[in-house]
Amino acid sequence: MSFDDWALALHVLSAFALVAGVAFFWVLIVMGRRIDTAGETLRLGPPNRIAEACVGAGAGGTILFGVWLAFSVGGYNIWDGWIIAALVLWVIAMALGSRTSAAFSPAVDKARALDAAGHGTTPNAELLALNRTSQGVLLQALTSLVVLLVLLDMIFKPGA
Amino acid sequence: MSLVATVRPDSWNFPLFVHVLGAMILVGGLVASGGLLSAARGDVRLLRFGYWSLLAVSLPGWILLRVGAEWVASREGWNDLPSGVDSPTWLNIGYLVADIGGLILLVALILGGIGVRRLGQGGGAGLLRTTLVLATVLLAADVVAVWAMAGKPS
Repeated sequence: MSFDDWALALHVLSAFALVAGVAFFWVLIVMGRRIDTAGETLRLGPPNRIAEACVGAGAGGTILFGVWLAFSVGGYNIWDGWIIAALVLWVIAMALGSRTSAAFSPAVDKARALDAAGHGTTPNAELLALNRTSQGVLLQALTSLVVLLVLLDMIFKPGA
Repeated sequence: MSLVATVRPDSWNFPLFVHVLGAMILVGGLVASGGLLSAARGDVRLLRFGYWSLLAVSLPGWILLRVGAEWVASREGWNDLPSGVDSPTWLNIGYLVADIGGLILLVALILGGIGVRRLGQGGGAGLLRTTLVLATVLLAADVVAVWAMAGKPS
């Protein structure tokens, strides 16, 4: 295998990590919709960090190896329309992902406050509402849609 | 290098998209299941969702992957190779991992399903640990398959 073959394999593996992280966040969002106690909300912290690690590694790997391939592989250029589209969509996905994370952070803050006050196992309606934030679900759906568009762009390579 | 630069015929793109999307959903479900089952430490909700991630995410992903694989293989002509011509190693790895992986997924789902049913009576954690091990093995095999199918070592 040449270095470019390795870069392509790592680029694709990074894309898998990114999508796995997005899928994991969906599972956590669905779980959160039934959680109304601080203790259970905080128990989602370690799985959430795994999902974040997947997205972080996936996002970094896709852009790093993707840009490398755009410069290195003959026949492709960084200014090709489908590559520019992928870069723009990647930036949009990262911005949306960051806002999604921010939309769910009030639930974590509330859970920490309740836990610190000794109400870790007491059901709390406000916490349930924060865990069910429709803004967070909408942003996650938009993030997923943009990631799907990147995948379509990568496979169909419009204009290539 | 030449493989990297190849632009596929348009008719291959949608079957490939189905195949790759299915594989990504499968891997996403495996990561979610593994993450939740390993973080559960006896928490029934995490154990249940760890199992349901496997059933509701990984299984549909595997079906999509397998259907897409057959579809794209037929488009690319891998099913009609002349006698005496061997299929490439990366393709064999892909088929092996998809088919044996499907069996591993099935066993993990059956054991996990029994485990989830027993959670109500205070049992089932051992079976769900086995499910976690199987999901982790399948995830590792899928990483190898993705590397082989993307990098195409031969």
